[in-house]
Amino acid sequence: MSEKLYPVSIEVNGERHEAQVTARLTLVDFLRDMLRLTGTHAGCEHGICGACSVLLDGEPVRSCLMYAVQTDGRSLTTIEGLAQPDGTPGALQDAFCETHATQCGYCTPGMIIAAHALLETNPAPGEQEIREAIGGNLCRCTGYQQIVDAIKLAAAKRAGSSM
Amino acid sequence: MKAVPFEYARPATLAEACELLAAHGPEAKLIAGGQSLVPMMAMRLARPAWLIDISRLAELQCIAAPAGAPADQDGQFAVGAGVRQCVMERDPLARASLPLMARALRWVGQVQTRNRGTIGGSIVHGDVSAEIALVACVLDAMLELRDSLGVSEIPAREFFLAPMITSIAPEQCLTEIRFPVWRNLGGNALRGCAFDEVSVRHGDFALVSACAQVMLDADGRCLRAEIGIGGAAPVPLALPELGAQLVGARLDAQAISAAADAAVDLIDPEGDLHASADYRRQLARVLVGRVLRAAKEDAMSKAGVAAA
Repeated sequence: MSEKLYPVSIEVNGERHEAQVTARLTLVDFLRDMLRLTGTHAGCEHGICGACSVLLDGEPVRSCLMYAVQTDGRSLTTIEGLAQPDGTPGALQDAFCETHATQCGYCTPGMIIAAHALLETNPAPGEQEIREAIGGNLCRCTGYQQIVDAIKLAAAKRAGSSM
Repeated sequence: MKAVPFEYARPATLAEACELLAAHGPEAKLIAGGQSLVPMMAMRLARPAWLIDISRLAELQCIAAPAGAPADQDGQFAVGAGVRQCVMERDPLARASLPLMARALRWVGQVQTRNRGTIGGSIVHGDVSAEIALVACVLDAMLELRDSLGVSEIPAREFFLAPMITSIAPEQCLTEIRFPVWRNLGGNALRGCAFDEVSVRHGDFALVSACAQVMLDADGRCLRAEIGIGGAAPVPLALPELGAQLVGARLDAQAISAAADAAVDLIDPEGDLHASADYRRQLARVLVGRVLRAAKEDAMSKAGVAAA
């Protein structure tokens, strides 16, 4: 017998998607496998690594710890949604390139989502606040220092451009 | 890391959720934030046939102190079981009424998990090192449970039975947690509190945690104290007898050191691959000392503010 399907209507990066999903389809699998938005990475799949972080109604959450059916009617932003309208990298993404904050790149989308959420609520964070904000995101390459530098750089650039 | 197939329901009311629980019994699990349940389902340690989503129930979202407690009784701060941890963390009224919870929440998981995880969800999960459960026990909170037949209450101190095992029945839903808000014991009495823990990494499960809330008179003498230890017993442990022993004492180095020693005699931690039983005892001793010192300093710092 095939699994029961549930209709969902979910806004992702400003675009509404109607789909039929099984109850056990995680949000990260929905984004990657059904919408082909593969920027969001599936890492540990049990809520430890943070690679799958997305914004749910503007707040960072782990998309492996939600079922897609739970987000029916809600609004998501993935790493793809943080690019500029013409598809070129956004300010945070640029800052990550500039400070060499990526190595293997696996954690990067989750890091940028976490950093974006931080800067939206706290445009001028201190180092401790930055480290707390990315505390739920594991990086096994960089040692974190360049990531912290990238977020500082993005914050400074955002402050500069708004003056 | 994929859950077994299950069916999903999102009832519109609490009554409807309770009806579904009554119909499906142990086959069903409630899901609110899912930050503990979803990993367990991913690892197939939990295999519910039905998932009943209560995360959008407005009835579980209250966060407020009812007005008008008599001066000689503790006040009360009621928190709906479905209130997200991040909401309580930021709520100005909750921070003022329950500063110990505000301090504890900083240790709970990470930003991303606190954005989904709920106060009630952490309690019913029953992890022995859970910060929210420990605060509920230390403050002697009352838990309200509901099923399709009615409402019942149980003190948090009696709710936890063993690691991951609580006294909640499969057809019950935790609906509200009522935290006592200490009454003022005299004009110049000062309340202070502290929470501390040691874990492998911030946000991981605590190896051992401890917290304390004290009320001191203007001379620094203890009028009331509650102390608790997490991760060092089969349940989050409040130590009311230890708090009672501190009443009348000045919280000087000697009294704090004696209390920390006494606390170790009241716990019986188990060793596992993360920490031996002896190490947990040592952590408990150190952490109880730290939180008592910090709670005292927190209280005394308010005297400075009042004087200035």
